[in-house]
Amino acid sequence: MSRIRDTFAELKRSGRGGFIPFITAGDPDLATSELLLIELAAAGADIIELGVPFSDPVADGEVIQRASERALRNGVTLQDALTCVARAKQQIDVPVVLFSYFNPLLQFGRERLANEAKQAGVDAVLVTDLIPEEAQAWTETLQQHELDPIFLVAPTTSGERLVRIAQQARGFIYAVSRAGVTGARDEMTHDAETLVRRVRMVSDLPVAVGFGVSTAEHLREVWRFADAAVVGSAIVREIERLKTAPDLVQRVGKFAKSLLATT
Amino acid sequence: MQRSTITASEPDEDGHWGQFGGRYVPETLVAPLDELTKEFTRARHDADFWCELDQRLRDYCGRPTPLFHAQRLTAHAGGAQIYLKREDLSHTGSHKINNAMGQALLARRMGKRRIIAETGAGQHGVATATVCAMFGLQCIIYMGAEDMRRQALNVFRMRLLGAEVVAVNAGARTLKDAINEALRDWVTNVHDTYYLLGSALGPHPYPLMVREFQRVIGREAREQILSATGHLPRALIACVGGGSNSIGLFHPFIGDQSVRLIGVEAGGRADSLGEHAARFHTSVASGGGRIGVLQGTMSYVLQNDTGQIATTHSISAGLDYAAIGPEHAFLHDSGRAEYICASDAEALEGFTLCAELEGIIPALESSHAIIPAVRIACELPQSDAIIVNLSGRGDKDVQLVAELYVT
Repeated sequence: MSRIRDTFAELKRSGRGGFIPFITAGDPDLATSELLLIELAAAGADIIELGVPFSDPVADGEVIQRASERALRNGVTLQDALTCVARAKQQIDVPVVLFSYFNPLLQFGRERLANEAKQAGVDAVLVTDLIPEEAQAWTETLQQHELDPIFLVAPTTSGERLVRIAQQARGFIYAVSRAGVTGARDEMTHDAETLVRRVRMVSDLPVAVGFGVSTAEHLREVWRFADAAVVGSAIVREIERLKTAPDLVQRVGKFAKSLLATT
Repeated sequence: MQRSTITASEPDEDGHWGQFGGRYVPETLVAPLDELTKEFTRARHDADFWCELDQRLRDYCGRPTPLFHAQRLTAHAGGAQIYLKREDLSHTGSHKINNAMGQALLARRMGKRRIIAETGAGQHGVATATVCAMFGLQCIIYMGAEDMRRQALNVFRMRLLGAEVVAVNAGARTLKDAINEALRDWVTNVHDTYYLLGSALGPHPYPLMVREFQRVIGREAREQILSATGHLPRALIACVGGGSNSIGLFHPFIGDQSVRLIGVEAGGRADSLGEHAARFHTSVASGGGRIGVLQGTMSYVLQNDTGQIATTHSISAGLDYAAIGPEHAFLHDSGRAEYICASDAEALEGFTLCAELEGIIPALESSHAIIPAVRIACELPQSDAIIVNLSGRGDKDVQLVAELYVT
């Protein structure tokens, strides 16, 4: 039983919606990313997504693009991201999803990635630009190493493909709230709720909603119909804003807690 | 590396040529790509579609373009007869219009009225803006800020044609960054937008579709050379950025084993990574491309050890790109096509040589093929012929070259 499945089972038992923050490894630097993983766990994260920086992040809006650029200027690699997880995992036990574009993984090597990610304490891998049709060998290798392959579904995904994606996916399904790149939005659309309902019809896996989820209100809205909400750009924007502040880690933790505040 | 006799080059139904090609995209784009594949497949087998395309290419773009016997260039080389396929004479000044016209007809069939495109040198942007003006479609062109500086004239041409040109300031501000931005636009506006990709790159069906629209170059050239000389040429030589003009010329000759297919990549100003755009450049260990995924397709990609895409350099914006079309990767690995490179300096030499000897000013992209062609011609007997694809005209480059000669 994967730790991610345990996490969702526990959420269900306690009747809570899950909170999944995203940060980019090495933004603003690796030591801070490690501390942020620990801080976000303490702030109430149920799962954390750690982004691997990439030179050409086509699915990302400006905020996460800039985070990638900052990390790459520091020379941060996939190996560094894994080291960061391994170190943080000595202190926390929240599941971590490695979030990456395909090419850095491809160059690292399939077996090697599965081995080293598992050793580092990674629980799942999500590859933004790897659709199930091209992912089969990767999915198999990841599962052999007890890593959950996470797949995205979008409002444009056909019913037929939802079934195919659900068959390959493990852990949870990541529903993209709307057509577009990552980035905070003022309002959530109804697309997300419709999409989650469609996923439920073909899969028993938990569903997390991301893209544009950026306020406490959004989280509560998402929790109404989905199992968890992913908050990326809103947190990364805080990191960017505070990147020179000595108490960056604590303040990002505070921001994360404010998203979970019930009033 | 496997060497086999290639007599045809067709991808599987998911757009793979061997391990190359395919679709590596965010999930949101799968539906519009499926829709496009379906419509393209239908159009591909629809005689009326090709009839309308042929008619527009003839009446609007001026096809067929001539195959010109370059006698002074031939005399200069002192070997095989050199023929120039004059894509520079087609409307808007390059081969790009062939694909832009074909895809605009598809967009119209699909009822999409908002067209987006990327451009490097500006030739594809101008071709797209042109067909959009003709069909009355909204047109938005993404272009790297550095390319806008290098190709200011083409920026003005696109605006004259009613297109909105959006400057892209990410990365090295060249073609790759423009494609990223166009993809982000498409993923956001999938419902009403048609992405008119300009090269034989990107996710399936683009590499196949762009090739099919550019094959007209090779089909005409094959007929023209047979009628001019009575036999097939010994070699075809074309510059390769993403690879649309070259695959268009090569493809109808793939079954003709006696015809060498030679692609010329941009050798840039030095051998080290970042200083050129030669993906198959294997003479320097650190400089060449490796198999990877960029912008939706698997191919040879210039990148560092950890999979970050490298910056590239070429004097010509149209060849300044880190990956090569997947069918070229397949033709390279199968040994059916050969890929060499020409430096910035050789491109400039070809540019002036062609101007002085033939009265033709080629685009800097196409200029990369001239000096290699002279070298290849010189090794062959006078009874043989070779064809160089003069993929575009050089008006857009005159100012840049003038500045180089002044400083």
